[in-house]
Amino acid sequence: MAHPLDLLGGLLLVAGAAFLLFGGLGLVRMPDVFNRIQAGTKATTLGTLLSLAGMACLRPEWGLKLLLIGLFILFTNPISSQVLARAAHRTGAEKTVKTSVDRLAEDTGEAP
Amino acid sequence: MAKAREIALLFATLFLFWGMLNGSLAQDVLGVGLVAALVIAVLFRDGLAVLSEFRATPRAFFAAARYLPYFLKELVKSNLALAAIVLAPDLPVNPGIVKVRTRLKSRMGRLLLANSITLTPGTLTVELDGEWLYIHWVTVESTDIEAATASIVAGFERYLEVMYG
Repeated sequence: MAHPLDLLGGLLLVAGAAFLLFGGLGLVRMPDVFNRIQAGTKATTLGTLLSLAGMACLRPEWGLKLLLIGLFILFTNPISSQVLARAAHRTGAEKTVKTSVDRLAEDTGEAP
Repeated sequence: MAKAREIALLFATLFLFWGMLNGSLAQDVLGVGLVAALVIAVLFRDGLAVLSEFRATPRAFFAAARYLPYFLKELVKSNLALAAIVLAPDLPVNPGIVKVRTRLKSRMGRLLLANSITLTPGTLTVELDGEWLYIHWVTVESTDIEAATASIVAGFERYLEVMYG
């Protein structure tokens, strides 16, 4: 019988890897750049956090540093996504035909 | 003096980070960290730190303690929703960019709000313009400003309002 913390750590690592896989799948399947950024941001954030938590269970002595890495990711990941999305919108990245509304283009006076 | 307080807060945050990352109390390690944290704190005194503009009141700490689990719950929900979308054969998306308004006044409060929105179900902050936020939404439920604000912003705003104002 494995140590319960090892078991929990392994499960968390697998869960993290699964979310990262869904994120990758989203990058391939989503129709335009904004939807891809959405898939990428959310999956990498939770996937990485779960992996870090899994590592913390396997190596408790690394816990504090892993926590700090997690905090860094929580703060920087969404900011980089927002900046990417803004840059994409400003340079007129193509939006999928399914797009129902674009208030930002309306307000900045671009063609929708 | 407000400026000195900002610098001191940033310095304390950075130095704490340095200490935790190094896990050592050796004199040379602490010395390097001290100098580096001081230089960064002075150079970036107009920047934002996690604790700048935080209202250090019991209510704010209480709100922060409730904000964190709420945020983590939303993050998990957002990932499950995303997994459901990318695994569905017909890819059920109805994307669009909607406009919402926030009542938050502080820069840090708005930053955290925009970050939180990006990490929660199907929403991504594209542009900030004062009190207005433009949100890319994978499955648009409403294009009305009030309704979209209620469903995207209100949940986080409740806590951030107490923490940062």
